[in-house]
Amino acid sequence: MSPKLILSCSTSALADLRSFIQLNLEVFGFSELDKHQITLAVEEVVANLIIHSHACNPNEIIHLEIKDLGKKVAVEITDKGDGFNLLEYEEPELRQVIEEKRKGGLGILLVKKIMDEIQFESKNGENMCRLIKKFPPNFK
Amino acid sequence: MLQIEKVREGDVLILQLIGEVDASNSVLLDQSIQESLQPEIKVVVIDGKELKYISSAGLGVFMSYVDDFSERGIHFSIFGLIQQVGEVFKILGLDRVIAIVPDKTTAIALRK
Repeated sequence: MSPKLILSCSTSALADLRSFIQLNLEVFGFSELDKHQITLAVEEVVANLIIHSHACNPNEIIHLEIKDLGKKVAVEITDKGDGFNLLEYEEPELRQVIEEKRKGGLGILLVKKIMDEIQFESKNGENMCRLIKKFPPNFK
Repeated sequence: MLQIEKVREGDVLILQLIGEVDASNSVLLDQSIQESLQPEIKVVVIDGKELKYISSAGLGVFMSYVDDFSERGIHFSIFGLIQQVGEVFKILGLDRVIAIVPDKTTAIALRK
């Protein structure tokens, strides 16, 4: 059984998300540093959805599922509504972030730097972002 | 959960961050830094020893004040970050924009 979590679209749910990811990455042999970074990448995608796609409406939900793909782990983040394909998002330069005093824009850059693969699918009003990380070299 | 403790030592303001900074509470960090922009403050130091986690919401707050600090002649730095948090700054290259130092003494000495 793949671990699953249903989150309400409120930023106060992010702490629960972190606990869920940290707990369920234990079995894959990741270092504390890797677990921290994967958790961060997942949170960045989810926070983005909560704030921008769902306007922090706690009545709307996001589904998460963690899947063992054999030599890598996938975190699937599924929601309904206007899809946000982060693969099409052009992240800003650091200088731009400073000059425009924008408080967003760094999250997607983090996701792209941390994860090994990012996939996005949108079908029948349902969007799925799949974040994939290879297992550590000596695991399994 | 995020708790912010402020300590004033002459023209030095130390903000100790305790807990985790994410999109639910980064506004608190923003307010604390905004309040530090006073003419009598010349050094703003973030004590990150008890900061367990920071997402881009918090990192973005720091980045949005880089020019303000510079224009006001305020020396801004962060010290004491645990490895996991320090790595997040490095991944984005923020350590090239913000002074990240090992301890408080080094942070305060940056003004000289």
